Amino acid sequence: MTRWVGASVPRKDGIGKATGQARYADDLVFPGMLHGRTIRSTVPRGRVRSVQLDFDPTGFTVVDFHDIPGRNACELIEQDQPFLVERDVRHMAEPIVLLAHEDRERLLAATVDIEYDADTPVFDPLESQGVLKAIDIVKGDVDAALAKADLIVEGTYRTGHQEHVYIEPNGVVAVPEEDGVVVYGSLQCPFYVIKALKSLLGASRHIRVVQTETGGGFGGKEEYPSMIAGHAALLALKSGRPVKIIYDRVEDMVATTKRHPSIVRHRTGVTRDGRLVAMDVEVVLDGGAYVTLSPVVLSRGCIHAAGPYRCDNTRIRGRAMFTNTPPNGAFRGFGAPQTEFAIEVHMERIAETLGMDSVTLRELNALAPGDTTATGQVMRDDCSARLVLDEAVRRTDFRAKRDAYRGSNRAVGLSLFYHGAGFTGGGERTLNSKARLDLTERGVRIAVGSTEIGQGTRTMHAQIVAEAMGIPYEAVEVAQPDTSVVADSGPTVASRTCMVVGKILEECAVEMKTRLGAMSPAEYFAKHGGFSVLRKFEPPDWVEWDDHTYRGDAYATFAWGCDVVELEIDRDTFEVRPIALTAVHEFGRPIHPALARGQIEGGTAQGMGYALLEHVVMRNGAMANAQLTNYIIPTSLDTPEFDVVMLENPYPGGPFGAKGLGELPMDGPAPAVVNALRALALDVREVPATPEHLAECASR
Amino acid sequence: MKTAISTLDVRGVTTVRDALAALRDEERTPIAGATDLFVALNFGTLASRRFLDIWRVDELRGIAVNADALVIGALVTYTDLIRSPIIAARLPMLIEASRLVGGPQIQNRGTIGGNIANASPAGDSLPILAAVDATVVLRSATGERRVGFNEFYSGYRASVRRPDELIVAVEIPAVSGRQWFRKVGTRAAQAISKVVIAGVRDGRAARIALGSVAPTVVRARRTEEALANGASIDDAVEVLRREIVPIDDVRSTAEYRRLVSGNLVRRFWTETR
Amino acid sequence: MRFTLNGETREAASPPMSRLLDVLREEFGLTGTKEGCGEGECGACTVLVEGEPVCSCLVPLVQVDGATVQTIEGLGDDHPLQHAFMNEVGAQCGICTPGMIMAALSLGDSPSLDEVKVALAGNLCRCTGYSAIYRAILKVKSP
Repeated sequence: MTRWVGASVPRKDGIGKATGQARYADDLVFPGMLHGRTIRSTVPRGRVRSVQLDFDPTGFTVVDFHDIPGRNACELIEQDQPFLVERDVRHMAEPIVLLAHEDRERLLAATVDIEYDADTPVFDPLESQGVLKAIDIVKGDVDAALAKADLIVEGTYRTGHQEHVYIEPNGVVAVPEEDGVVVYGSLQCPFYVIKALKSLLGASRHIRVVQTETGGGFGGKEEYPSMIAGHAALLALKSGRPVKIIYDRVEDMVATTKRHPSIVRHRTGVTRDGRLVAMDVEVVLDGGAYVTLSPVVLSRGCIHAAGPYRCDNTRIRGRAMFTNTPPNGAFRGFGAPQTEFAIEVHMERIAETLGMDSVTLRELNALAPGDTTATGQVMRDDCSARLVLDEAVRRTDFRAKRDAYRGSNRAVGLSLFYHGAGFTGGGERTLNSKARLDLTERGVRIAVGSTEIGQGTRTMHAQIVAEAMGIPYEAVEVAQPDTSVVADSGPTVASRTCMVVGKILEECAVEMKTRLGAMSPAEYFAKHGGFSVLRKFEPPDWVEWDDHTYRGDAYATFAWGCDVVELEIDRDTFEVRPIALTAVHEFGRPIHPALARGQIEGGTAQGMGYALLEHVVMRNGAMANAQLTNYIIPTSLDTPEFDVVMLENPYPGGPFGAKGLGELPMDGPAPAVVNALRALALDVREVPATPEHLAECASR
Repeated sequence: MKTAISTLDVRGVTTVRDALAALRDEERTPIAGATDLFVALNFGTLASRRFLDIWRVDELRGIAVNADALVIGALVTYTDLIRSPIIAARLPMLIEASRLVGGPQIQNRGTIGGNIANASPAGDSLPILAAVDATVVLRSATGERRVGFNEFYSGYRASVRRPDELIVAVEIPAVSGRQWFRKVGTRAAQAISKVVIAGVRDGRAARIALGSVAPTVVRARRTEEALANGASIDDAVEVLRREIVPIDDVRSTAEYRRLVSGNLVRRFWTETR
Repeated sequence: MRFTLNGETREAASPPMSRLLDVLREEFGLTGTKEGCGEGECGACTVLVEGEPVCSCLVPLVQVDGATVQTIEGLGDDHPLQHAFMNEVGAQCGICTPGMIMAALSLGDSPSLDEVKVALAGNLCRCTGYSAIYRAILKVKSP
């Protein structure tokens, strides 16, 4: 019986978000502050021949790559992406020159003439020669199994770019401080930013990064903020003044990261009675012009590419390719929405080919405890594929509804999916995340680098600590993520903030409780003063992973989901109206049920946008519809009724049994929607399934 | 915000008379609800730097019936239209259209005069005004001029309004027959139209107008004629598909617009039987 | 330019064609009204002018001369809608929340779910999928 965990307690955010008092990056003002602006390339590929400043320089600070004291490379997996172009341009809107001025009008009126020697760009990842990363996952003997299969079903599936559209665009303020700089910003990973700044500015400088209240991230503020922070810091150091850079919506959509487009090809061998005996999968991702996080997106995408199914012979070949477009990056789901879209639509087509019920096909092949995944990971009791599938089918009366709708303009569609929580394989060990609890005169303070970006980090961490210590929730406070104050808990990504960082906090809390003995925090503090407990993450000792062969336990645990979507189509206009969506998710157990529900509803809505509405139109290697008028996300009238079911199957390695949740909801909607459209006799194999695309499918 | 706001010159007026005097004496662009102003300035589709703020000219806010014609003042907003019992009785399809413009914030500021003056090929009220043979009432310091709505536009975002003229009202003769309106947007709310159609049917006589399928709003006269002459709806739809000139743009494709326009005209004909 | 801001008469010195959004945030330091798009699409900049919700990123200062303007700050910090948004998780990241609340103020008593959806049709949220926002509003307005 828990007191705080499992209850929808009042949130630690206070009321500031609802009163306008919460301070986001653009709300910060400093004396003497300048505004910053980024001058960007206007060709997708080439070399800079000349740069001419065509304005009166009075009052301006101008920065180019010559001003970089340290390395001109944005520190991430590789060091290939410059903060500022030196000569080679590899994508449209690549940053070349930075300007700052006190007067925003003069800043925006300044003209910089740049001449280029243009080269022929490559935009199609299938035509690119540049392999950014290759991954191969092999289990059993796919070729032999395909040769013996009763039937082979082939298909190619595509997904497009997706733009995050956090309602608050990217923005930072860099303020010179001591002999260095402090950067306040809208960001998910303050320790990624400080690492990048140290490399850019030279480690001898004093650097501090502070996360401001952040208006949405979804992965779009995982790695990109290092770039904008670096720019603002360079301007601040050169001018000696605070510099604020806030992107407007157009710049944010054109220049920053998006979800990787994918082309996934399946060749699947099946028996006539519907067993999967061979899966041959090719995954191609469009990485854009620089490496950024593409290797990890490819990794996660490939690991999930065979879906939550049992198959003894599986081969997954993944390639991320360079193209001359702005680099793609982290976006909720991180490769899995793309590959799970493909496998789930492919399963539907396998059922169609076999003349079989697609639910039955899934029932036959769904992973169960004891089965192994494509990487050879053995499923344990925390495998809930059948649990979520059976509940979703029962609750929606799926088969009956599907049959009743046949021949009408309504249809239901289903998808079964899973999402590994935490960093892949040995990733959590490498991250070596830390958490710290401080005993203060006010109670207990959480000092972690995990950021609140709307998902409820502050609240959920406080619940875990209060519960583990047996103290009132009100006695727990959460420190603002400031790299000079908090521990480096790793990035706020990969559905790890509860399961991994929450776990370290739980252990810190248990240690602190032991030390307090019978005393309350206040009593102990009065008698002995404060102290801190710092611990690092201990991954479960049974996790075994080989990075070379890509075999073993890819994730300590998976969360599971089954979505059923009901929709209606207008046969004259091909507009699709989602009517209802049932989401049955198992993620260990919710720490805060209302916040967990919010993750499911929000992620599912974002997935619905991905499925039906969100189309990035690229022209000459840049987003041509970079306004909210033309890049369409769901409004209140576009989202259906949500029926959310949270099943519990506690994971012993997580705090109070919790797994990761944030990304799971993103994996289900697109294939569920497309499978419903397929039931309307539309041979859809890609998203977004816009009315234009559906009209085209209907005409075939 | 790219345009230098501090360099923009604006004068505010509260009467039509003052507005016309200002337009006679200076080159100024009238602004009313301003729902497209800053967007146009930032994207460079509006070069003006001198404005005349007419938002307070309350004389232009009326909705009335005058000798059986509906008279809608230029500053009547979409919200005003939605709330008007006169419009509900006489031109309910204009209420349908108004409900689909942006969201409440846009409906509270966007005006019918602005929609007409802005001359966007996708303007949601424009096919309605075209289908009912509305009259645009223009006034200048030298007098009043009435222009048939279907003669008002001269090309893409261009009209016959002289720079010294103000749109003061739009007049709509009594509409007999059934009214029909459909907007296909990019999503369910807050959407720019990909195809927008208004129709009026009185027996076999139809008046059909479409937006977003040509540089200006289109009255589908050849289609109307085919129907009046007894053509089947399928044949009429073929005429319609040849009568419009949709394009590919960031929102949709010519092929889709052509297909859907035809389908919707068929639906109009079937539903107004 | 003189107008009534959150019940008090104020004098604005900004250029007349300034966006009301910038005047509120920069001249008056009321940063509760947010810029999400600058095109009137997202509604994060929603304020009430003469009691009606409008996008302040689209309103030139000259047009509020003599008018009443209310921002989220004008609601104080104890309004039932504010509490509901936090307690029902109608606010996740919170950036759309002031705009949502200002738009919701236009709802009468006991609105239906459909009426709430229509009132919020001009406000985009990326975090919640809207359902919790409806729950928050209906809890206060149609308990």
